Amino acid sequence: MTLLSAENITKTFGTFVANDRVNFSIEPGSIHALLGENGAGKSTFVKMLYGVLQPDEGRFVWEGQTLRITSPKMARRLGIAMVFQHFSLFPALTVAENIALAMDDESRLSGLRHRIREASDHWGLAINPDRPVGELSVGEQQRVEILRCLLQDPKLLIMDEPTSVLTPQESLRLFDVLRRLADDGCAILYISHKLDEIMELAGKATILRGGENVGEVIPRESSTRDMAEIMVGNAVDWIERRKSHNPANSPPPIFAVNGLNRPAASAFATPLRDIRLEVRPGEILGIAGISGNGQEELAEALSGEWLAPDAEMICLDGRNIGHDGPEQRRRMGLETVPEERNGHAAVPDMTMVENTFLTQYFSFSSGLSWVQRQLAYPDLGREATDAIIRAADVRTPHSNPMANQLSGGNLQKFIMGRMLSTEPRVAVISQPTWGVDVGAATAIRRALLKLAEDGCAIILISQDLEEIFGLATRIAALNNGRLTESHPATDLTAEDIGLMMGGVSEEEARA
Amino acid sequence: MIRLVPRTETSPLYAVISPVAAILATVIAGALIFTFLGYNAGEALYHFFISPLSRIDRITDLVVKACPLIIIALGLVFCYRANIWNIGAEGQYIIGALAAGWLALSFPDTTSPLLLPAMMAIALMAGAAWAAIAALCKTIFNANEILVTLMLSYVAALVMDVLVRGPLRDPMAFGFPLTPMYPDAGLITRMPLPGIGYVGQLHYGVLIAFALAPLAWWLLHRTLPGFQVRVMGSSPRAGRFAGFSQKRTTIGVLLLSGGLAGLAGMVEVSANIGQLQPNVSFGYGFTAIIVAFLARLNPIGVIFAGLLVAMAELGGDNAQIALGIPKVVTGLFKGILLFFLLAGATLQHYRITWRGLHINKEHGETSS
Repeated sequence: MTLLSAENITKTFGTFVANDRVNFSIEPGSIHALLGENGAGKSTFVKMLYGVLQPDEGRFVWEGQTLRITSPKMARRLGIAMVFQHFSLFPALTVAENIALAMDDESRLSGLRHRIREASDHWGLAINPDRPVGELSVGEQQRVEILRCLLQDPKLLIMDEPTSVLTPQESLRLFDVLRRLADDGCAILYISHKLDEIMELAGKATILRGGENVGEVIPRESSTRDMAEIMVGNAVDWIERRKSHNPANSPPPIFAVNGLNRPAASAFATPLRDIRLEVRPGEILGIAGISGNGQEELAEALSGEWLAPDAEMICLDGRNIGHDGPEQRRRMGLETVPEERNGHAAVPDMTMVENTFLTQYFSFSSGLSWVQRQLAYPDLGREATDAIIRAADVRTPHSNPMANQLSGGNLQKFIMGRMLSTEPRVAVISQPTWGVDVGAATAIRRALLKLAEDGCAIILISQDLEEIFGLATRIAALNNGRLTESHPATDLTAEDIGLMMGGVSEEEARA
Repeated sequence: MIRLVPRTETSPLYAVISPVAAILATVIAGALIFTFLGYNAGEALYHFFISPLSRIDRITDLVVKACPLIIIALGLVFCYRANIWNIGAEGQYIIGALAAGWLALSFPDTTSPLLLPAMMAIALMAGAAWAAIAALCKTIFNANEILVTLMLSYVAALVMDVLVRGPLRDPMAFGFPLTPMYPDAGLITRMPLPGIGYVGQLHYGVLIAFALAPLAWWLLHRTLPGFQVRVMGSSPRAGRFAGFSQKRTTIGVLLLSGGLAGLAGMVEVSANIGQLQPNVSFGYGFTAIIVAFLARLNPIGVIFAGLLVAMAELGGDNAQIALGIPKVVTGLFKGILLFFLLAGATLQHYRITWRGLHINKEHGETSS
């Protein structure tokens, strides 16, 4: 019997149709993937399922009964649980206290701790109920979220991009848990855009595109390529894995970091320890690693937002630039693209033109005197902005929208285009395709390859191994503020890097 | 629990309806209160809204009253745009007035036309210097500027008090705490209206207020420092990414707003009082905070907001004099007016949702 079916679910926001007559059904005890690009309507759909949003048309049938899911509370009562991509845990409270807060029925803490122990033993989700959540790793925090759902004996567990925060090894452990849950009769709706995971895990996959259900596939009988084609709608350009450069006939390094140390700025920051790296023109150095291992700190140190204690710690073209701020570094041809698009790379409530001006203001000054430099203003960047929007194929609702009116993919294309328009000699790019749809991601990756071909030295900080492998010529991993030595990409397997990222030393990793 | 959720699109029509609706709501609420307290509501409302606009000399009074509010609020717009909370403009205003007064009183016999510009310059510098104390405390010790600027306001008032009662007191003032009158060269003279002549207290200082507003708009929107202010206020992290300095922005906006508040103090005293006394402000520095926000932190809007607040002030005075309505009631009425205006402006950009208490903080915006 079908556990839940959705019939002709339609949801519109203004004139935008987020879900267009979506039909969907899930069986008890199955692992069902919901696949689609960013903006395909996956989140909207599951939010309606979880009672956060209400469909405009169509109906849900739960265990043979037609009903309206009016609130998350009601969804939980029916037996629908959801693990969100971003956790909602209080760091200062213990695991048990966090779980107690989420239980709709009031339960006593002592009994709850007992139940947590039981459940964590049963499902193999090792967790101590008395530890403060702030001390847990991201993977462990996710376990808390899952446990919180499991304690409510769900019949349907919705997981929103659960592996985006996990190492490959942690992901495998999660898959084990999910399989055991499914064997126990719990249906799992697994949202992801990672095709190989779905191949491995899901018995069935529903693919959304532009708010419509464009296909149901049995992953075992299909291929990642086929699924990707349905997802994107036209043949995907797969980026071939790049051949390593031969260092013998490549130019000398243009950019180097020599023993950079950075103390932790706060209790939650990661200190950087003795970072050393070199990049040559035309090379892409991939820095793998799970977020929170010093990526942001490193990116800030390279962009000039944080100044190194010694100027010699960072060298560009033989000049010591450790003491130079972001503007001077940009003038010398060093561009950075931060991980966070809204609020770091761009000001969300400012227009495209103003956001172009944000990083290029010094290039619109009419002269070099101090007074003349102060008289630059955003509108001077209008033509430059139009050129960026054209070159990077940014889709805008009107000619000069605010940054927060663009979709994530389009904003990222704009930010990349802004960087490319300055023809940088060195580029430090953080998580360029994080949360970006496949089409935009392909365009962004292609632009990076082109940039390297044109002789730019690129440092690519990413936690997406597929991306690192697809683009980088050399690969290093950042773990707990330390950077491993880099190796030619062709010498490494995904497993090697996974182990390097997880903190296993290289010797062990390669053994 | 009530929550405000940002609107995805804002209707331009609402921008027009909102202030009209706010004034209507104020009229209704005010009528109820006045009636409840036993006053003639129609008459009271007449004194608040119609009487200040009923004669040309009352309109010029409005402009004169708005002048210091506009000048101070223009500086505050920069602070608040940069997310720096200077609420001590009152103190900066007093110190500006004091410095200019000291200069004027130091040259009792001068007829030099340079005295007024010099007084303006010293008032600007003194106001800025007073704000600089808070700026340095903020940038060096990370002291909260709200507290520092507010507390310095009381210090400034006491400094003025002590000097007016002591070293600067006019020995001929029969023991009153007043300084001598400024020399004529240190006074801002009355301004005739073309074709009408002198009306009320209208003086040349109002031209400064009206000229500064477009200048402030230009600075905020057509220069790099203005852009820095807007970026640092909106996303400090993006500002640092651009290469802007948080410290320099903090110091810059505090000096600017302090300087303008000081200038306002000088203009007010030179145009309307002509000598120093213990009380040279009338809460202008605090009222200007309301003006800045009522203007939605827009320098051009400051002119209109300044006039509106001045009208509420004068209307309140009228109602007190004409009907004997107590000061607290007129104050209450002014509060209601501002409440509805700000609520209307807020509802233009946010809508209200009611929701239960959820633990789910990440997804709170969409779960209802």
